[in-house]
Amino acid sequence: MMEKVIDIKHLNKSFGSHEVLKDVNFTVKKGEVVCLIGSSGSGKSTLLRCINLLETPSGGEIIYKGENILDDKHDIKQYRTHLGMVFQQFNLFNNHNVLKNCVVGQQKVLKRSKEEAKSNALKYLQIVGMDQYVNAKPRQLSGGQKQRVAIARALAMDPEVMLFDEPTSALDPEMVGEVLKVMRQLADEGHTMLIVTHEMEFAREVSDRVVFMDKGVIVEEGSPDQVLVNPTQERTKEFLKRTIKQ
Amino acid sequence: MSLDIILSILKENWPSYLRGAYMTLLIAVFSTIIGALIGLFIGVMHTIPLRKKSIKSVILKIFNFILTVYVEIFRGTPMIVQAMVVYYGLYAYGIEMDRFVAAIVVVGLNTGAYMAEYVRGGIESIDKGQYEAASAIGMGHFQTMIHVVLPQVFRNILPATGNQLIMNIKDSAVLSVISVTELFFTTKSIAGANFRFAESFIITVVIYLIMTFVASRLLRIVEKRMDGQDAYQVQVKREE
Repeated sequence: MMEKVIDIKHLNKSFGSHEVLKDVNFTVKKGEVVCLIGSSGSGKSTLLRCINLLETPSGGEIIYKGENILDDKHDIKQYRTHLGMVFQQFNLFNNHNVLKNCVVGQQKVLKRSKEEAKSNALKYLQIVGMDQYVNAKPRQLSGGQKQRVAIARALAMDPEVMLFDEPTSALDPEMVGEVLKVMRQLADEGHTMLIVTHEMEFAREVSDRVVFMDKGVIVEEGSPDQVLVNPTQERTKEFLKRTIKQ
Repeated sequence: MSLDIILSILKENWPSYLRGAYMTLLIAVFSTIIGALIGLFIGVMHTIPLRKKSIKSVILKIFNFILTVYVEIFRGTPMIVQAMVVYYGLYAYGIEMDRFVAAIVVVGLNTGAYMAEYVRGGIESIDKGQYEAASAIGMGHFQTMIHVVLPQVFRNILPATGNQLIMNIKDSAVLSVISVTELFFTTKSIAGANFRFAESFIITVVIYLIMTFVASRLLRIVEKRMDGQDAYQVQVKREE
C-alpha cells in the first residue's frame, strides 16, 4: 500500500449560505497523479484551494502525513511549503525576473543560501525549458512561458505534492501543448500531482485516478478508463457527453 | 519693470535668493521623504489582516483609528493654519522649536496624510493573485509585503510622490508665516528693502519654475529606471 500524503475527511466549505463542498472524502497517495474534473461551479477548484488553505474549510479534516493541519496549533506556512501551487492566472511576482521568482521563496521561506537556491531554481527552469529567460520580467513573457516559470517556481520549493488549478485554461490554444508537455514529464518522473483540468484527453493519458465532481460532491472516481470511458453514474455520462460535443 | 532692474536686484541679492531656494528645497525633499515613510507605514498598518478576536487585533484597531484621525485632521485643514498651531501652540507650552524643524514637521505630517491614501490605494490595487502566490509558497504577511507587494507599490505611487514633491516645493511658501527663511520669505525681505516688489518676485517665479521642472524631470528618469529595459537578454546555452 502506498503512503497517503493527503487524506481529506468530511470536508465542507460554504460561502455564506451557499454550500460549495459537501462532505468530501478523498485521498492522494505518494507518487499518484489525480485529475479532478467537472463542470465549472462543481467545487473542484475550491477543493484544491482548501487543500493549501487559500480557502478556509468550514468543517472536516485535512490530514497531511498523519497530522490534521486544521488543528489550531498547526503551522500553516510550514505546511504550505510542502505543496506546490500552480494557478490558472500564473501569478508570477511582477516585480521579480524569472530567476528571482524561483529563488525568493527558497531563500526567504526555506532559508536556503543564495547559491543553493539559484542552482536549484536553474535546475527546474531547465526542466521546464525556461533557463534561457532568467533575466526576463513576467510582462515580457507569453502565457505559456509564464506558466512554465510558475511550475518551476513551485517545483523549486521541492514540495511533496504539486497542485495545479486549471493550469491551461487561461492560455491560447497553441500554448496549451507546451505546458501539458511539461506536466506529462513531471508525471512520468513520479511527482505526486493533483490537477484540476478541463483537458479530458490529457487527464486520460496521465492520471492514475480521475475524480469527477458535481455540485460539491464527488460523484465518481476510479481509473481513467472507468470514469472517462465507462462511467457508471448518470451525471458523469451527461458531463462527458457535453464536453465531447464541444 | 525692466530687465536692468531685475539684473541689478539679482546681482545684489543672489546669495540670499540661493539660500532661500536651498531652504525651500531642503524642506520639500525632507518632508516628502518623511511623508512617504509615514504614508507607507499607515498604508501597511491599514492592510494587516485582522484575525478573529484577539488582544492584538483590538490594539491594532485602536491604533488604526488614531492614524485615521491624524489623516483626517491634516488633510482637512490648511497647512498655513497647521504651521501656526504647531509652532505657536508648542511655543505657548514653553517648547521652542527650531523654525526649520517645525517647517519639516508640518509639511512632512501634511504629506504623510496624503501619501497614506496613495499607499493604501496602491496596496489595494495589487492583484489578489500576487498575495495568493506568496501565501502558497509559505510567505507570511510581512514577507509578502516586503518581497512582493511593496516593491510594486513603490513603482505605482512614484508619480504621486513626485507630484507631492512639486507641491511641497511650492507650498512651503506658506511657512513664511512662522518666519522660516525659505524662498518666499527671503524674497519678501529683499523686496521690503528695495521696494521693487514685481521685479524681486519675477526672479522668484523663475527659481520656483526651475526647481519644479528639474524635480519632475528627475522623477521621470527614476520611473524609467525602475521599469527596466524593454528588452531582456536571452542566455546563450553553454555547450558542455
